[in-house]
Amino acid sequence: MSAQLISRRTFIQTSVAAGGGLLLGFHIPTFAARVEPKPWQTPTNGVEINAWLTIDKDGRVTIRVPHTEMGQGALTSVSMMIAEELDVEWEKVQAVFADANRHLRNNREYKVMSTHGSMLVRLQHPHIMQAGASARERLKEAAARAWGVDRSQVKARLGVLECGGRRATYAEFATAAASIELDREPEIKKPAQWWLLGRSTPRLDIEPKTDGSAAFAIDTRLPGMVYAAVKCCPVPWGKLKRYDFEAVRNRPGVIAAIEFKAQPGKQGYSDMQNGVAVVADTWYRAKTALDLMPIEWDYGPDANASTESYLTEARQLLEQPGEVSRHIGEDVLAMLEAAPPEKVISAEYYRPFETHARMEPINATVSVTPERVDVWSPTQDQSVALMLAADQAGRDPKHVYVHTVFLGGGFGGGGGGNTAVTRQATEISKQLGRPVQVIWSREEDIAQDKQRPPNVTRFKALLGPNGLPAAWFSRSVWHTQNAMPVIGAARADYAIGNMPYKVPNRHHERHNARTHIPTATHRAPGANQHGFMTECFVDEVALAGGWDPLDWRIEMTKGMEDWQRVLLTLKEKSGFRTDLPKGTGMGVAVVESHGTIAAACATVTVSRRGALSVDKIVIVVDSGHVINPSNAIEQCEGSACWELSHAWVGGLDLREGRFTNTNFSTYNLLRIDQMPEVEVHFALSRNKWGGLGEPAGPPVPPAVANAIYFATGKRIRSTPFRNHDLSWS
Amino acid sequence: MALTLEINETKYTVDIEPETPLLWVLRDNLNLTGTKYGCGIGACGTCTVHVDGQAMRSCTLPVSAAVGKRITTIEGLTRDGKRHPVQAAWIELGVPQCGYCQSGQIMAAAALLAQRRSPTDQEIDAALAGNLCRCGTYLRIRQAVRRAAQLMRSEVTS
Repeated sequence: MSAQLISRRTFIQTSVAAGGGLLLGFHIPTFAARVEPKPWQTPTNGVEINAWLTIDKDGRVTIRVPHTEMGQGALTSVSMMIAEELDVEWEKVQAVFADANRHLRNNREYKVMSTHGSMLVRLQHPHIMQAGASARERLKEAAARAWGVDRSQVKARLGVLECGGRRATYAEFATAAASIELDREPEIKKPAQWWLLGRSTPRLDIEPKTDGSAAFAIDTRLPGMVYAAVKCCPVPWGKLKRYDFEAVRNRPGVIAAIEFKAQPGKQGYSDMQNGVAVVADTWYRAKTALDLMPIEWDYGPDANASTESYLTEARQLLEQPGEVSRHIGEDVLAMLEAAPPEKVISAEYYRPFETHARMEPINATVSVTPERVDVWSPTQDQSVALMLAADQAGRDPKHVYVHTVFLGGGFGGGGGGNTAVTRQATEISKQLGRPVQVIWSREEDIAQDKQRPPNVTRFKALLGPNGLPAAWFSRSVWHTQNAMPVIGAARADYAIGNMPYKVPNRHHERHNARTHIPTATHRAPGANQHGFMTECFVDEVALAGGWDPLDWRIEMTKGMEDWQRVLLTLKEKSGFRTDLPKGTGMGVAVVESHGTIAAACATVTVSRRGALSVDKIVIVVDSGHVINPSNAIEQCEGSACWELSHAWVGGLDLREGRFTNTNFSTYNLLRIDQMPEVEVHFALSRNKWGGLGEPAGPPVPPAVANAIYFATGKRIRSTPFRNHDLSWS
Repeated sequence: MALTLEINETKYTVDIEPETPLLWVLRDNLNLTGTKYGCGIGACGTCTVHVDGQAMRSCTLPVSAAVGKRITTIEGLTRDGKRHPVQAAWIELGVPQCGYCQSGQIMAAAALLAQRRSPTDQEIDAALAGNLCRCGTYLRIRQAVRRAAQLMRSEVTS
C-alpha cells in the first residue's frame, strides 16, 4: 500500500507554523496518492493582515472561515463577504477553516465559532465584512504613507492600489498594512455598492466533494489510531448492569472495553449516557465484538414510555391551562364558550419525534497526549467541542485543538447532537493513551441522537360575520427535555408566536412535558412543527368561512408589506387554484422563521387508491437580501426536501422507552423518485437580513397537506402522511 | 486470511477475516476513505463502489466476494488525471451540499451511464432510488446525470 501518513511530529509543527491558518483538517487524512483540494493549499509566505486573512506575494488571499461547512456554503459566503470589502479578484481567493484554539486564546477573536440558526449571513455579516473593509483601508493607508498622500486619494480595486500615476499590488503593501492601526474602523458597504455579493458564485467546496478527497471527521486517520464502537442504554438514562468483555476479548484486533457513566449534572449540550465501548484496530472489528458482547441494562423508570403514553399525557394536559405565551385582545376562551357551536372550528394536530440522521453518522476522533488534546468532530460548534474535550480530559482549554473538517450534514444536530461522542472519544483516548475514532453505528446514531421533540396542539377559531376569524385559541404540549429550557420554551411555539394574521383576539398557551429522550434543535426548530399545524388549520378556518385559502392569507396580512409581496408573488408564480379535478390539488402555506418569510405552493396528485405524488413546489422567499443566489436556491431546495421527508415518510415511533426505528430500513428518508420539482423565487424587501439555511422548509408540509385536501377531501392533521389512507372515490 | 484485491487498477494484499465487508477494508485497512459508511445494511447507497463495473453496496459485500474482481472506488473514477464525465457534470451543476453521500451517488450514476447512454428520468430515479441524500440535492443529481450523459455522448462522437 502506498499510503504515507505524515508523522504526528510533522502535524504538530504544521499546526504551529500555520499560526492561524488551519490546514489540519485537510492534511491529516491524506496519503500520497490523494490530490489536495485546491482551495485549501497551505498559505505559505502569506502576511496576516488580520485574523481573518493573509495575502501572499502573488496576491493570493487566504480567508480563514470560523464557521463550519455542512453544505450550506459557509466557506463561500464568508469568503465572498470578505472579498467584497477587500476588493480582490474572486479567482485569487482561497478559504481555510479558522483555528478554534486561537479564537479561545485571543479572546474570541472571530466573535462566533458556532454555526446555527441560519445566522451566518443575516446576523454576522457586519463583523465579517468589517474584517475585509478594515484590511482594505489598512492597505490603502500603507500606500498613502509611502506615497505621501491622504488615504482618501488611494483607490483599492481588484487587488491593486492606485493614486495618480502610482500603482502597486496589495501584496506589495501587505507587510506595511499588517502593522497599521486605523484611527477609526471603516463602515461596511451598503448593498447598492456591492460588486460581488448578490451574484451567483460557484461554491468553493464542490470539487473535493466529487472525487473522494474532501475530508470529513470520520475520515481522520492518525498514526497509532484505534477505533471504538459504542452502545449506550437503549432507554436513555437507563443503567449498564453488566457486560462480559471476556466473551469477546480474544476476537481479532480487540483491544479494550471502556465503560461510560451518565453525567446528569452535565445535561443539555454536554451529556453522556451510560454505556460501553469496545475498542479494536479497525471499526468493523470493534463493532462486531460489541454486537457479540453480552450486555445487560437496567432500563429504569422510563421503559414504559411510548408514542401512545405521550399522546395520552398530552391530551390530559391539553385540558388544563398552560403557560400563556401570546395574548391579544379579549378573553378568547370566554368568547369561544359563548359562541354558537357552528361558528367554532376546532382541530388537534400532532407531529412525532424526528431524528437528524445526518448521512455522516455521529463520530469523533480525539487524541489526548500529555501536552495537548486534539479533536476532530463533525460539530457545528467548535467552541463547545473544545470545552467538552477539555472538561472530559481534565485539561486547560488552552491546550485543546479542535480541527474543523467538513460536516456530513448539520441540520441542528451538529450542535446538540454531537456532544456525547466527543466526551466518549476523549475518555477512551485519555484511558488508552492513544488516538481513537469513535463511530456510532447508524443504529446507535438513531437511538442516541438528540431528537426533535413531538408536539400536540389544539386550535379553536371563532368565525366572525365576514367569515374571517374573530378569535383564535391554541394550546400546545411539547415533550422536551428539561435540560434545554431555552430551546424548549423559546422555540416550541415559534410559528404560532410569529403567526402574522391580524386576528383581533388571540390566545396561546403551552405546556412543556417531560421526556427522558434527549432533545435538540432540528433545522428550523419550532417552525417546522407549528408551521405545519398553524398553516393547515388556517386552511380549515378559511374554507369554513367561505374563503379561498390564498386570498384569506392576503386579506389577513393587509398592510404588512413584506408578507403581501411574498403572498402576491406566490399567487402570480404558482397559479394557485382550488378547482382542479379530483385527484389533483394545490395547497399553499406561509411561515416566517429566522427573519425570513417563506411561502410555498404545492401541487399533488393522489391516485384513487391513495398513492401520493408531490409534483411541484413553488417557493417564494423574502430574506431581505441574498448574497449568493445560486446557493440560496440550493438551500431552499434542500430545506423543502428535508421537511417533506419528515412530513411524508418520516416519524419516529416510541415503544418501551426507545424507538422502534433502527436504521434506514425503518426510518425513511425522502428518495430521489419522491422529490418534487422545486421552483424558487425571491421577493426581496431589502430592508432586513433574514436567514436561508432553514426557512424554506416549514411551509412545505402544510402546503402539501392542504393540496392533499383539495385532491382527496381528506384533512391531514398529523404526520407522516404515509400513515394516512388517502384513497378516494 | 491474506486476500489480494484489485482496486483502481492497483493490487493490494490485506490480512483480514473474509466476511469483513469490503467497505471497512477500503476505509480502515487501505485508507481509501472516499467511500463512506452510512447504514451498514445496504439501505442508503453511501458506500457504493463498482465491482466488475456493477454498482454494489460495499457495506454488505464480504471482501472475499470481491477477490479476483475489478473494484473501482471514487478515488479511481478519475483516470490519468482526467475527470469522469459524471464528476465533470457534478462540478458544472454544483451538485454537492454537505457532500457525504456524493461518492455513492456519483458511483451509482457512473454505473448507470455505462449501461444506458441516454437514460430517461424514470430510469435515473430507479437507478438512484437507493442512494439517500439528506441535503436534498436530488434535483441537481437528476440534472447532472442528464448532463453527464450528454458529455459522454459527445466524447464518443468526437
